[in-house]
Amino acid sequence: MKHYFTLLSHEVRMLLVNPSTYIAAVMFLGVMGFMFTGILDSYSKTPQDTSPAHVFFSIFWFPVLFIVPLLTMKCLAEERRLGTIETLLTTPVTTTEVVLAKYSAAYLLYVSLWGSTAGFFFILKKFAGDSRFLDPGPLVGGYLFVAVSGLLFIAVGVFASSLSRNQAVAGILCFAMLAGLIVGVRFLSDASWLSRDLLAPLKSAVDYAQIFSHYEDFTRGVIDTRQVLFYLSGTVLALIFSILGVEVKLLHS
Amino acid sequence: MPDQPLAIEVSHLVKTYAGVTAVADISFTVARGEIIGFLGPNGAGKSTTMRILTGYLPATSGSVHICGLSVATQPDDIKRKIGYMPENNPLPEDMRVSEYLYFRGRLKEVTRRKLGPRIDEVLELCDLKRVRHKIIGQLSKGYRQRVGIAEAILAEPPVIIMDEPTIGLDPHQILIVRDLIASLRGRMTVIISSHILPEIEMTCDRVLIINQGRVVAQGTPADLRREILGQSTYELEVAGDLAALPASLAAVEPTLAITTAGEPDPAGFRRLTLTTERAEELGEPLLRTLLAQNLRVRSLSRTHSTLEDVFLAATRRSWDAVAAPKSAAK
Repeated sequence: MKHYFTLLSHEVRMLLVNPSTYIAAVMFLGVMGFMFTGILDSYSKTPQDTSPAHVFFSIFWFPVLFIVPLLTMKCLAEERRLGTIETLLTTPVTTTEVVLAKYSAAYLLYVSLWGSTAGFFFILKKFAGDSRFLDPGPLVGGYLFVAVSGLLFIAVGVFASSLSRNQAVAGILCFAMLAGLIVGVRFLSDASWLSRDLLAPLKSAVDYAQIFSHYEDFTRGVIDTRQVLFYLSGTVLALIFSILGVEVKLLHS
Repeated sequence: MPDQPLAIEVSHLVKTYAGVTAVADISFTVARGEIIGFLGPNGAGKSTTMRILTGYLPATSGSVHICGLSVATQPDDIKRKIGYMPENNPLPEDMRVSEYLYFRGRLKEVTRRKLGPRIDEVLELCDLKRVRHKIIGQLSKGYRQRVGIAEAILAEPPVIIMDEPTIGLDPHQILIVRDLIASLRGRMTVIISSHILPEIEMTCDRVLIINQGRVVAQGTPADLRREILGQSTYELEVAGDLAALPASLAAVEPTLAITTAGEPDPAGFRRLTLTTERAEELGEPLLRTLLAQNLRVRSLSRTHSTLEDVFLAATRRSWDAVAAPKSAAK
């Protein structure tokens, strides 16, 4: 892990000088701001049961599906397309260090993008002056959920990027995998054929992987270690597959 | 010399990709401080061999030792001993030259204190001072190529491997690169591959010609010339009666014979080509014989076969060797 920090600072620097980072950030904040105003609008018309933060974070899947492929599709695919992976791996660095550094840089950017949405709540507090809108429970729970689930989402994106040398293919692959993980599992749990007794173990596995129900728990302030473990183990698995993906491509290049 | 292991030792190296043999049983050694040139037509297995030497690709069978360490079992130690510039010289587009060299230096474990002065040194060596703050993506091909070379020698590794370092350079820049490589002689072991044959001939101590994954010839350029072509050629322009010439030529040297004789030009001079298997200089006795026969001689020269001829002859020979068993089987 000697070279991890050298690689990480290089990756972060590359993200900061790259215009696509800023384009992604502007798009993300634009869409999120638009949704936030929409939520506030509906609150101003009719009183609601839940706090605005709860509603705001419940649409997490929408930005995730678009921003995660955008942030991660480049990381390994671009290195391979340019051939710089060859110069990188002929220095004393290991594939693990390279993948981890790229993953960490993308995750830091992802978290800081979400972190910047805290400004919305700050503005709301400053101008509404009504503490009812700012229930700290869902707010902290929501951010915590975003940070923990982001570990897995970004790892899936890095994995997709390790599979192709084409950024577009990597991006679409990442979108498909995330959509399967977030939306697909939800559809699956609603499917009637799964509720048969024979398929009970499968049903419980699908329920365990329900990202929407994890979200509900987090915003209610319930932090279940099983759920945290789900994300952590998923992350580790996806990263191991990414490392293998890079190395396998070398063997067959 | 047990305390001075060979810089590079390759024995019976084989690499197959999905059934296609890219490298078939290559063996060679390189002594420390030697500059060796890899020659071969496209697809001969030069790049594959170089990639295996750096530990980037695993070999199918055979062994490679660099400075006495095995590439297969100690890849991390090997990578500290090698400066490598891949084919087509991939570089990140959006970094500045000095930033890139700093990043690479840190990855190659050059200490921070040494790195600054060392970067200045390689920028000077490669004539890159003027572009040190430019973005790599905006540099011309010649500059990019030199950034790649600067990067390869940055950490002062004992072995430097460069895949076509002079491709795309103009004659002036080739001269700079040639001097640069020559300045490494004795200190570092250098392997370069190139299509530019005079380039290899001028800089390299030894040449390795590879075709179809096999070493078809190796040795110093002079050795190769003798071994592959096996003869010296003289060209002369004479006027007069040539009827008695073959007999008198045989008196000078039994193997000396006229291979081609041109038509006389308006002044009556014909151009003759003579070949002999003798390696020594025959110019003076030849001239004396010609004058003794009352022939008028306008010019006499010994043609120096270039490495190009050697290369073409060696690769043709190996193609014949590959094609022969196939046609015999039919």
